[in-house]
Amino acid sequence: MSDIAYINARLIDPASGLDSPGALLTKDGQIADLGPDLFASGTPEVAAVVDCGGRVLCPGLIDMRVFVGEPGAEHKETLASASDAAAAGGITCIIVQPNTDPVIDDVALVEYIKRQARDKASVRIHPMAAITRGLEGQQMAELGLMAEADAVAFTDADRAVADAQVMRRVLSYASAFNLLICHYPEEPALARNGVMNSGEIAMRLGLPGIPTQAETIMVERDLRLVEMTGGRYHAACLSTAQAIEAMARGKAQGLPVSAAAAVHNFAMNEEAVGQYRSFAKTAPPLRSEADRQAVVDGLADGTIDVICSCHDPQDVESKRLPFELAATGIIGLETMLPLALQLYHNGALGLSDLLAKMTSRPAELLGLRGGKLAPGAPADLLIFDPNIPWRIDEDGFHSKAKNTPYHGRPVQGRAWRTIVDGKVVYSDSAK
Amino acid sequence: MSDISANQPPFRHLLGIEGLSAPDITEILDLSDEYVAQNRQVDKKRSILGGRTQINLFFETSTRTRTSFELAGKRLGADVINMTATASAIKKGETLIDTAATLNAMHPDTLVVRHPHSGAVALLSQKMDCSVINAGDGSHEHPTQALLDALTIRRRLGHLHGLTVAICGDILHSRVARSNIMLLNIMGAHVRAIAPPTLLPGQMDRMGVDVYHNMEKGLRDVDIVMMLRLQNERMNGAYVPSTREYYHFFGLDQAKLSKAKPEALIMHPGPMNRGVEIDSELADDINRSVIREQVEMGVAVRMAVLDLLSRRPSNLPPIGPSGGPDGGAS
Repeated sequence: MSDIAYINARLIDPASGLDSPGALLTKDGQIADLGPDLFASGTPEVAAVVDCGGRVLCPGLIDMRVFVGEPGAEHKETLASASDAAAAGGITCIIVQPNTDPVIDDVALVEYIKRQARDKASVRIHPMAAITRGLEGQQMAELGLMAEADAVAFTDADRAVADAQVMRRVLSYASAFNLLICHYPEEPALARNGVMNSGEIAMRLGLPGIPTQAETIMVERDLRLVEMTGGRYHAACLSTAQAIEAMARGKAQGLPVSAAAAVHNFAMNEEAVGQYRSFAKTAPPLRSEADRQAVVDGLADGTIDVICSCHDPQDVESKRLPFELAATGIIGLETMLPLALQLYHNGALGLSDLLAKMTSRPAELLGLRGGKLAPGAPADLLIFDPNIPWRIDEDGFHSKAKNTPYHGRPVQGRAWRTIVDGKVVYSDSAK
Repeated sequence: MSDISANQPPFRHLLGIEGLSAPDITEILDLSDEYVAQNRQVDKKRSILGGRTQINLFFETSTRTRTSFELAGKRLGADVINMTATASAIKKGETLIDTAATLNAMHPDTLVVRHPHSGAVALLSQKMDCSVINAGDGSHEHPTQALLDALTIRRRLGHLHGLTVAICGDILHSRVARSNIMLLNIMGAHVRAIAPPTLLPGQMDRMGVDVYHNMEKGLRDVDIVMMLRLQNERMNGAYVPSTREYYHFFGLDQAKLSKAKPEALIMHPGPMNRGVEIDSELADDINRSVIREQVEMGVAVRMAVLDLLSRRPSNLPPIGPSGGPDGGAS
């Protein structure tokens, strides 16, 4: 009954390296078969046939870093609205961060998120749970129990664990369960009061800066702690050349480490702050052009494994404030795909390598079943045209929040169909 | 980086020195000279701002700047109202926009604003139909202070071009320093910044200044010594070890001043910490210190700025929906 054939597609599966014209068959929410020769002998006798018109068919995107206001700040974003935004952005799986109110630092709360997601969301939602209770950086949360309840990784969200002894024990303890510790690498004392990248622009604007060294020092520290403990470590988002270089050294040394970059750190640099544009106030902050280029290079050479949106919805009131008082963060679910595709269009990365950073790599790191095109895998799919030109328009967003600095930006590439469990959750109305 | 059109004479706002040209500055200073003369007469009052309303909105305590603006407005015939926002009102940051909307509905002609956060005055100006004057925003700019300093120097030494000016003290947190550095550079003066590294921004040299950490060296042969205030809470070990250590190395005294040109002038934006950044006797030395003169020039410069802004033809609301400024998308 639920068989669907997707024909006339360009199949790209970064996990296997497949990139060829072909077709794919889903059955009962799973991928049943795929390949260049599937249906070669004729139209399949199935319930439905979808002609992809030569568009790319790849695994649905996985976004490892999404902030949602539920529970506690539903006026900014709910799991349902974030889910709709994700679907429109070609994302079939979002990993929500635990800095909600209350903080997701307890088994019951992990289960609450799962329950809400199951009832309200059209895409897959997995929670990351807190590393420390209340995100306070002091006492370890119940990592093992929350992992059993399906927390896919652990993070103190937008905070770093400042105390090296606490971090050492977290990594050490987590290694027994093979848990992934996802850390926001910013030395809090050096970053204190900072609201943008340290440098000439901050100086001219009279704004306190966050030095790049705040990130470098934290990454260097964490790598030494990983060396000491063997814990699996993931830098939640790298933004500086020095920290990326440190990460490359850690990987060369064979440490169990990985890293992500936020879209905004390769799509913009600190010039976007201009005259106090609070929509360009982000975490990590927008950095210099040299650092932005280092992020692109880090993605290209594999030092950075994952691209994440850092989707962080804020209401208008919290952004329309003097820069220092304005909320941090921009929304990114509906702009991640086209902005990432700029790296493909400008020749920095091949299409399959680029998609790997939003599909197979996060799936591997988080132990998810999706993120690949293979028989038996969930039918979480994205069909998109990588070349279609359009302008980002905040009025077209599904997210409840509109805090985007990209409004009006010309981009290429957009989701045509987003499919979760074999069901279409987003269909581009333009075509 | 400024919106240039906002700074084309006649200006709509005065949000900073950045964006002004040398002729703009000269025009303001020339007009200020006229007001200095007027202010020294018995009859100081003119009516060119008659019927206009000026609101002084201060989110930070200030005596001299607010009084100076008040006097300037009244001498030009404007109705002047002072509003001081309480600390609790500032914490509720959204009240800034609300306050702007409320005040805007009262149809003021000029709004003079001081705010503890950089960029706040510019943000507020986007919500106002009237002229907005920045009376100091965070660590960003304090343009009328730089203009009054320039007027003081020009009246004493005849010109700004080619002078060497040393700015000493807490440059990191100082809006006065930023505005002065920009103005002096625009007018062709050489600027030196003298301070311990903890009180200097990391990219100071990018502002076109020579940086010194040694006061004797920095003051050598300068024409002007501009001292900045150092706030007490920054001297308890956070930025410098102690008041007495700071005074020893960076306080202006006779011995350090002797390195400057013999006729070098001493300036200070006030209020002074006597014995912290400046020797008390030097501050009162009528041959060297122009600190009181700066206060007098302040009123004249602010009258000139109010006058120039008022020449803008219309105070009518803009046509169509007011533009969507916000700190947000462009």
